[in-house]
Amino acid sequence: MLRSTKRLLATGFTAFALSTVAHAQTELTMYYPISVGGPLTDVVDGMISEFEAQHPDIKVNAIYAGNYNDTRVRALAALNSGQPAQLSVLFSIDVHELMGIDAIVPFDEVVETDEERAWLNSFYPALMENGVVDNQVWGIPFQRSTIVMYYNKDAFRTAGLDPEQPPQTWEEMVEMGQQLTVRGSNNEVDQWGLMIPSTGYPYWMFGALAMQNDEVLMNSEGNETFFNNPGVVEALTYWQDLSGKYAVMPQGMIEWGTLRQNFLEQKTAMMWHSTGNLTAVKDNASFDFGVAMLPANKRLGSPTGGGNFYLFKDASEEERRAALQLVRFMTSPEQAAHWSIATGYMGVSPASYETDALKAYVADFPPAAVARDQLEYATAELSTHESGRVRKLLDDAIQAALNGQQSAQEALDSAQNQAQRILSRY
Amino acid sequence: MPTLTRMFSFTAAWTLGLVWIFPLLYAFWAAFHPAEYATRFDLFAPLTLEHFVTAWQQAPFMRYMFNTVMITGLILVFQLILCTLAGYALARMPFKGRSLIFALVLLQLMIVPEILIVENYRTLAKLELIDTWLGVGLPYMASAFGIFLLRQTFKTVPQELEDAARLEGCTWLGVLWKVYVPLAKPTYLAYGLVSVSHHWNNFLWPLVVTNTINSRPLTVGMAIFGAPESGVDWPVICAGTLIAIGPLLIVFLIFQRRFLQSFMHAGLK
Amino acid sequence: MNRLNQLYAWLMLLPALVLLLAFTHIPALTTLWHSLFFPARGRRPSEFAGLENYRSMLDDAVFWQAFYNNLWYAIGTVPTSMGLALAMALWVNSKISGRAALRLAYFTPTMLPMIAVANIWLFFYTPEIGLFNKLLNSVGLSGINWLGDPNWALPSLMLMTIWKEAGFFMIFYLAALQSLNKDIYAAAAVENASPLYVFRRITLPLLMPTTLFVLVNAVLNAFKLVDHLFILTKGGPNNATNLLLYYIYENAFSFFDSNYAAALTLVLLTLLILLALVQFLLIERRVHYR
Repeated sequence: MLRSTKRLLATGFTAFALSTVAHAQTELTMYYPISVGGPLTDVVDGMISEFEAQHPDIKVNAIYAGNYNDTRVRALAALNSGQPAQLSVLFSIDVHELMGIDAIVPFDEVVETDEERAWLNSFYPALMENGVVDNQVWGIPFQRSTIVMYYNKDAFRTAGLDPEQPPQTWEEMVEMGQQLTVRGSNNEVDQWGLMIPSTGYPYWMFGALAMQNDEVLMNSEGNETFFNNPGVVEALTYWQDLSGKYAVMPQGMIEWGTLRQNFLEQKTAMMWHSTGNLTAVKDNASFDFGVAMLPANKRLGSPTGGGNFYLFKDASEEERRAALQLVRFMTSPEQAAHWSIATGYMGVSPASYETDALKAYVADFPPAAVARDQLEYATAELSTHESGRVRKLLDDAIQAALNGQQSAQEALDSAQNQAQRILSRY
Repeated sequence: MPTLTRMFSFTAAWTLGLVWIFPLLYAFWAAFHPAEYATRFDLFAPLTLEHFVTAWQQAPFMRYMFNTVMITGLILVFQLILCTLAGYALARMPFKGRSLIFALVLLQLMIVPEILIVENYRTLAKLELIDTWLGVGLPYMASAFGIFLLRQTFKTVPQELEDAARLEGCTWLGVLWKVYVPLAKPTYLAYGLVSVSHHWNNFLWPLVVTNTINSRPLTVGMAIFGAPESGVDWPVICAGTLIAIGPLLIVFLIFQRRFLQSFMHAGLK
Repeated sequence: MNRLNQLYAWLMLLPALVLLLAFTHIPALTTLWHSLFFPARGRRPSEFAGLENYRSMLDDAVFWQAFYNNLWYAIGTVPTSMGLALAMALWVNSKISGRAALRLAYFTPTMLPMIAVANIWLFFYTPEIGLFNKLLNSVGLSGINWLGDPNWALPSLMLMTIWKEAGFFMIFYLAALQSLNKDIYAAAAVENASPLYVFRRITLPLLMPTTLFVLVNAVLNAFKLVDHLFILTKGGPNNATNLLLYYIYENAFSFFDSNYAAALTLVLLTLLILLALVQFLLIERRVHYR
């Protein structure tokens, strides 16, 4: 009842607007998530108003809806209940699932001109890996990250290490970690060598370790996983050993959310975290810190992460065109540079690093380029059909192993079996 | 009582009391002091309002609060009307199948709407009521607890009063409005307070049915605002928490005697 | 006239009844119906599954863990919070000094949204920088990873739940205590009965109806209150704190399998109804009605 009244009113207003303004306004609704620190909603709002100023015929409702999972639920709920949503920023790894429920259209169907087609190829290839399926572009990179290693240079100096030489291999990370672990009088640890978060997105951190050991976790069709390959098991064993055998990391789970606080309060000398946290760390660190690529074992590596723009199927032709314009604006070199400086997420295209703003920023603050430099060694992150379930299987296995409830082999065997059972349908 | 026992009892009671109030006191401490004092207690730490400013800028608290007030109000108004009518019918109107209906009502005491989120969500989506105040409120409007409470209260009203009013020519509704409702005032107050405090704090169902700030209440807003994913900033979260609970807390402190008595009254039945 | 009365009665019941049916009874039945299907995936429509969802549930280790977690959670929170509630009510009902303030302190957690206080408790529980571990360290003990250690995570959640709920249950006991007949206590005083004896033989039996009421509510809460999981643990580590309703939410809204969620809901419904019956049968006999 309320809705129909509202609708009536809305129609009335629209009719009114139509009679006064020559052009009809296209209204877009876009959901977006935030999963790192800082007042990012303001940044997004600012970018949106700039877009609206440039395109007076398009109005954008940008809705902040929580973390990635919440946002996906909200956006799909809106679609299911007949509410507008023409595009959204969602997890880059949700692509198979979104395709599976027939919610999105590939950008190839919406682009028209050669220039637009060229735009599809203007991004870093590693960032497109999660967005391209069956040779079609389903997701355009926006708030994208890799995992980087933040380290406390002051702590390195205190431990007699060279602050400009962060660990580059697994062995070095252990050695330096041991030197950086500081115990107090009662043998309590005052400062740990390293923390890798094991809640929130453990599968993502694990993707890095697996890749460094020259393994991938799934195939690109998203219907097969390799959780119990020997190299993968080895990677998990190494993670276990960091807190067990080598004692450079605390036992048990390390919270994704509170880890940044731990680093800022110097409870750990090194942490692995999303590059999206860079600006928040920079603004709050009371000590000299550095950012480095993750160390290598057999090779360097980190999965990419974060959110892509998707276009929803349920939209009119004009809305799709307008949505495309919005996506192009938000990922344009200038905006990408602005976004990268404000957050720490990477500029999504090589062109964004050629802008004056980002050039100057990188020159002044070299850590801002680490995530980009690492892209060369990056790969897609875990993305499969029924991604929510499969991801949880791996998350649970990692946590079981890290908590000593199961050996790495047992935990990963069981996750692999269950994942294959789910994926056998695809 | 021997002094020793009394001393022990006194100490235990107050220790427990302090433990119970401590989290709230801590929230005040963290919210009003600079971030570096969040984990350090120093009587002479300087006071600041910066966290409130930050929190206020980070989330549309006014909008959330407005939604919460509207949702709670909407639920309460409908609950009072629906439960009064149903409670009266079940208390005083003889009709076939009354005990069966009463049993059906009581079933909702056990099968609460929270448990049925999956199906209720389906229903709401079909009604196109996702992300509306009405959608958040609808499953709670016919409250078994309310119906039960009012039925019991109405049953204690002397039949003679009703008969007298009837002789003066009152209709069913007239009798209900002039005789029963005034006499049940304490029950209404008690039930109202229970309902408001419950729905002000309700989280899971609003989380499921709200999408945007058009209908998002404080609790869901708080969960998004303070989500651990975005890196926990306690002083700001504590400030946000205080903003969110502020109105209810102030009302509660002013009316606490009345409030507790009403709660007790509700418990009595 | 009589027929008219019947009509009136039904008319007055109608609005409430429609909503009750629409949001309680009918959904309970459609839950059963939907649990017999597989979810639709994209263009593939929903297929009839028979009891397949229930079969996978039996094989689903996470379901069993959530099930047992929930039982432990109920066992861990219900008696403790009821016992504390009774103690609080007795204290606040006695002539203790500052009892108004005390009553306020006990009751305040009830007024705060679970979701908001969960964030405050997260700070207490966090290792390295959290309050609890700082306290432990200051007396020379080593810290505990409260929410990150599967052995401690569920008890930590229980502790917070007890804190949140005891004050609420206290109110019901307090109401009952204040309505007790003073004459019995006068008589007991004449008989020179010990306080313990009075409590065991008079107060406790007279509080039995309240105890039943509180028990039913407390058990229900143990199954329906999962708000804090969203902030504190998300059911982890490795499902150590996963509870049934949270698992239902995960399945329906993270994994988009509302059919499996329906099967889980049915289990929860059955469990709640069984528990309600058991409680009534066990305790009904011991309730002393006036």
